[in-house]
Amino acid sequence: MLGLEKKDFALLLIVAAMVVFAPFILNPFPEGSSLAQMFNAGYPDLMQRFAIFGILVIGFNILFGLTGYLSFGHAAFLGAGSYAAVWMFKLVGYDIIPAILLAILISGLFSLLVGYVSLRRSGIYFSILTLALAQMMFNMAYSVLGNPSSGYNLTNGETGLQVYNSDPQIFLSAAGPNFPNLLGFSMRSETHLLIGNWDFTLNAGYYLSGLLLLISFYISIRIFRSPFGLMLRAVKSNQQRLHYTGLNTRPYTLAAFVISGMYAGLAGGLLACMDPLAGAERMHWTASGEIVIMSILGGVGTLIGPILGAGFNEYFKNILSKINDSVLHEWMAFLPDGFENIMVTLIHPFVGKGWHLTLGLLFMAVIIFLPGGLVEGGQRIGKLFRREKANTSSAETTPSRETE
Amino acid sequence: MDAIILQILNGLDKGSAYALIALGLTLIFGTLGVVNFAHGALFVIGAFCAVTLNRIFSISFETIDPTKTDFLGNPATIKTTYLEHWFGPDIAAWMTDWSVPLAILLAIPVMLLVGVIMERGLIKHFYKRPHADQILVTFGLAIVLQEVIKFFYGANPIQMAPPEVFIGTMDLGILLGFEANAIAYPYWRMVYFLFSALVIGAVFAFLQFTTFGMVVRAGMVDRETVGLLGIDIDKRFTITFAIAATVAGIAGVMYTPITPPTYDIGVELLVLSFVVVVVGGMGSLPGAVLAGFLLGIVESFASMNEVKNIFPGIDQIIVYLMAIIVILVRPRGLMGRKGVMED
Repeated sequence: MLGLEKKDFALLLIVAAMVVFAPFILNPFPEGSSLAQMFNAGYPDLMQRFAIFGILVIGFNILFGLTGYLSFGHAAFLGAGSYAAVWMFKLVGYDIIPAILLAILISGLFSLLVGYVSLRRSGIYFSILTLALAQMMFNMAYSVLGNPSSGYNLTNGETGLQVYNSDPQIFLSAAGPNFPNLLGFSMRSETHLLIGNWDFTLNAGYYLSGLLLLISFYISIRIFRSPFGLMLRAVKSNQQRLHYTGLNTRPYTLAAFVISGMYAGLAGGLLACMDPLAGAERMHWTASGEIVIMSILGGVGTLIGPILGAGFNEYFKNILSKINDSVLHEWMAFLPDGFENIMVTLIHPFVGKGWHLTLGLLFMAVIIFLPGGLVEGGQRIGKLFRREKANTSSAETTPSRETE
Repeated sequence: MDAIILQILNGLDKGSAYALIALGLTLIFGTLGVVNFAHGALFVIGAFCAVTLNRIFSISFETIDPTKTDFLGNPATIKTTYLEHWFGPDIAAWMTDWSVPLAILLAIPVMLLVGVIMERGLIKHFYKRPHADQILVTFGLAIVLQEVIKFFYGANPIQMAPPEVFIGTMDLGILLGFEANAIAYPYWRMVYFLFSALVIGAVFAFLQFTTFGMVVRAGMVDRETVGLLGIDIDKRFTITFAIAATVAGIAGVMYTPITPPTYDIGVELLVLSFVVVVVGGMGSLPGAVLAGFLLGIVESFASMNEVKNIFPGIDQIIVYLMAIIVILVRPRGLMGRKGVMED
């Protein structure tokens, strides 16, 4: 189906089902309960982030997962995409199609430039080069190009780029919504579905991001299974041998780099569509680091890994930052008082404002013990169960993570 | 002329910080082959050793002074620091004043310990893993260390004062025959430069003139052969790692009066230090020092107003531009050996 093998098509269907039913799956607790406050993630803002960061990490995985080139500068393309989209809102109007197209184009161009320079080196040098180039872009966006008094204020510096009433917006129709929209259909519009005590929100912006996530996912499957994808894997496993056979690998790696840059641009453009605002902090290299973290958490080089990683990261970031001391006290209420206080004090550094610490520790644990991320974890658990059923060891078809 | 000298001087103190961090990074890369993304965090740990010592010095206890009363008529309480109680007021005042330099004495054992624990506990297990994994695990460690510091010390910058003798600026202009106040240079920055020159010299002397240093240098060239000669090279490399951590740490201690430390200063410095290492040549110690000072001076020249009027914003990107040019034109860096990490 759709030019996919049966197994891949099934995977695509699963992801499609996840995307369609996410507002329901992520809202398992009825409205008003304390658990709903904490664990429900079915609200538009967060779901949009799931989908958008999913797209971003899928793109990153095409570069890092297939070729093994670890880029530490992908957030710069995300930021460039956001700026491009907001500029389109400012100049043309709130239609998102030109905004997203320009976002993809601009980040494609930037990634072509950065890729052309940094792909001349591999390994650590490549990582450092992408890091330096991205940090340079961040610095420029933050200072030179963002100085309101200069004649070339492209990014509006610290304040961030946003749409003002005085902007031209030449194609803005008076009747259309005053918010990014697709053919008059605002990204903010939503329908509430009340079933019993449950309140499900179906949001236009989320479903658009979800649809684009599915398309991106489909393209990434096709790339993974194509001769081009095989070539990229060959680069990862032994680039030297490819050179010996007289093959120039750079066009392939550059293509992968630009594709992943365009994915980042799409994600950046979408972020701007959901909230027409772009700031330089999106481009900082620690944001690039977070992209790497997401892809590692999910599982590098696997198809489903990036989506899992992005979702996992965003979900836990959300939950952990919501837990505060009073919530902890509520949870530990069944313990004797003194013990309760000790437990709360012990857990306190890891939640609320300290969520960064928890995710950092988790990330380290994954790198150390589970280099294949959540996907490998799932496979190991699956293997355990299968071993109990049949003693004969069957050939494992799922690819494990190759080492360089 | 005086403006040029001033910019060179301004570049020196920043260049010293770059050089010290890059020296440690290179030492680690040259011996263990690991790119340490947590090196910036080590600098921060050092800086917060100074903050900690300052706080320890101000721990006090209260005594009731029966001769005085406060405005409510109760006996007044007087806070006395333990320092004053133990050493008397004169020495206590001196120690508080000199708390930043004294913090080096605290930072050295702490950083050595941190270095050994880091190498033995974590990085050792990553020698056989791909470079990407080494980068990622040290990156994760950097996040964790940074957050731990944030938990204990908060997110706000903490002002630290240099010893009173070094507050103020020195008028170098008069010494060199220019007008007064043409070249004014803060004393502490000069101290920082001299200090870093001393540390760099000490590290080089250690590697050059001691048997231990000789073994380490041999190990950098050919680890296996040194191992075959019956030398426990792993142990030496662990100590080298600890030394590199210490260099970063004391660089952090002395930097506190220049920039008030926050938990995330390491992040910014780290990227620049990588650039320095790349420009100097991966694995070349003199290259790291040279490139550190060079980039520091170039950066300060680029931030002159005359230059900025011609190329707006050049000060923000000059360092990265230089790195890109160097990597494209001379991949091994200014002083890198041929064939080391050139692909």
